[in-house]
Amino acid sequence: MTPADLTAYLSAFRARWQVTLQYRAAALAGVVTQIWWGAINLMVYAAFYGGTSAAPLTLPQTISYVWIMQGTLALMPWGCDPDIADAVRSGAVAHDLLRPVDPWWWWFCRAAARILGRLLPRAVLMAGFAGVLLPLAGLDRWALHLPPRVADAALFGVSIVLGLLLSACITVLLNVATVRTLSPLGANAVITPLSLILSGNMLPLALFPAAVQHLLLLQPFAGLGDLPCRFWLGTLHGPWAAAALAQQVAWIVALTWGGRLALRRTLCQLEVQGG
Amino acid sequence: MPIPPARIVVEDLHKTYRIATRAATSPRPWPFARRAWRTIEALRGVSFVIEPGTITGLIGPNGAGKSTAIKILSGILRPSAGHVSVGGLVPWADRIRHVGRIGVVFGQRSQLWWDLPVEGGFALLRDIYRVPPDRYRARRDRLVDTLGLRDILDQPVRQLSLGQRMRAELAAALLHAPPLLILDEPTIGLDAPSKLAVRAFVQELNRTEGTTVLLTTHDMHDIEALAGRVIVIGHGRVLADSPFETLRATTLSGRRLTAEFDGPAPPLLLPDGVTPLSQGGQVLELGFDPARIAAADLIRALASAADMHGVVLSDVSITRPSIEEVISRFYERHGAAG
Repeated sequence: MTPADLTAYLSAFRARWQVTLQYRAAALAGVVTQIWWGAINLMVYAAFYGGTSAAPLTLPQTISYVWIMQGTLALMPWGCDPDIADAVRSGAVAHDLLRPVDPWWWWFCRAAARILGRLLPRAVLMAGFAGVLLPLAGLDRWALHLPPRVADAALFGVSIVLGLLLSACITVLLNVATVRTLSPLGANAVITPLSLILSGNMLPLALFPAAVQHLLLLQPFAGLGDLPCRFWLGTLHGPWAAAALAQQVAWIVALTWGGRLALRRTLCQLEVQGG
Repeated sequence: MPIPPARIVVEDLHKTYRIATRAATSPRPWPFARRAWRTIEALRGVSFVIEPGTITGLIGPNGAGKSTAIKILSGILRPSAGHVSVGGLVPWADRIRHVGRIGVVFGQRSQLWWDLPVEGGFALLRDIYRVPPDRYRARRDRLVDTLGLRDILDQPVRQLSLGQRMRAELAAALLHAPPLLILDEPTIGLDAPSKLAVRAFVQELNRTEGTTVLLTTHDMHDIEALAGRVIVIGHGRVLADSPFETLRATTLSGRRLTAEFDGPAPPLLLPDGVTPLSQGGQVLELGFDPARIAAADLIRALASAADMHGVVLSDVSITRPSIEEVISRFYERHGAAG
């Protein structure tokens, strides 16, 4: 390799490195993810080694929890609507404004429809596998079990619908962030670890340290997984059930309001490229 | 409820963009790099009035500001200053009402849903624009017939050829019978028959329904075929606003005459207002200004010169400079090229 070759490769290295450094949000999100991941691993090991303290969930409950979480994985706001990300990339995002419709509702409906379309088939298949196939195969111990009462199942249904609306609200916010930053990378990098961890998908929220339990139950992502799961397991009753549903509704209202405000401001400042 | 025709009034429109010049050029290391901003004036005082029922071409070189103007008129962009009224509505302030009364086609991007069949896309637009079902059916059938869409109604948009897609886009933009149709480069990338079809359709629409049409294009034949009037934008200003013939006459009025002889072209004492362009063997090319010498006089002079030298003037053709030449010359003259 001649020195001139070396200059070319060094130059390519430097250019790519500078471009990569520009994704500050992604770098920050990466670090935050790794910290959370590490903390969760530590907690799992601590439970494994310590072992004896009274577990907040029984093993069968945890098993059902895990299957529901896996079955409703599509409920997570995985990121900005890919169509919108494309439109941002091509500069066509403002074209949604050509329609005589309110852009927030337009995006919200699209997000909700997309989540539902991904959720339904996956949830049904998962229920078939974990709830029917596993018991038939003699693995009842590892299967998804039905909620203890019909009322719990009904509340679970309501809570899942609220979770879907909540997820759509968050998706619209991610769309707005994508329009603002002109790239879906930052928003998507932040939301994925955040929602997987804070919804209880990685580890049931009940297994987190007692000190943060209240905080964890109040934050919006609980409504995407943990709260519906608790309804399924039948651990929420009376005022607690009402409070859990109210928590979900409150976040939907707050995120709708905030999302509409953010969208309005973003569209006002939208600077479409082009001559 | 037929919507009243829309008069477009644009007064002293300005639009300034702020563009981030990326931190990559900053000497300071991340994360201390500060974003630098650059201001771009896309429009600096554009004014014009468009009467209902007319076809107007909005042209200009790339980056001249015409897309910005179109986006402001479509209600998707706010100007930094200035006033716009389309049929009494301010596009960005009354956006929802305004966009319900206009149809917009962007040649570069599809507004139909990529994965839906054409018919499904139309039905979605029917609901978005709240077109009553019976009115929708009649309108759709007419558009499908005139644009020859019958055979592609059940095909997903992504499977259509560009020509088919553009015809579908035109129908989609007109389902709600808007009195104003905005076309942004509607013939870009189309083959010749598709271009002709689009032009013929737009002309017919304007004639039969009185639809006001505002179009931008880089294909000057669109302008020649369609627009009675052109507004030329360059550097964010209106450089010219006149019928195209006036623009041609004031920019590049010369004619080109090609004469063929049955022997060597005779030497000719050139009359006033004539310039030699090329001479080779039996062919002579001259440029002349019809305001200074009539074509008949020039041809007569050529014929008698041929007679004197014992050859015959066997063929003559006179052409006008191509519309591309006219417009390039105009951009050059205003320093607006590129």
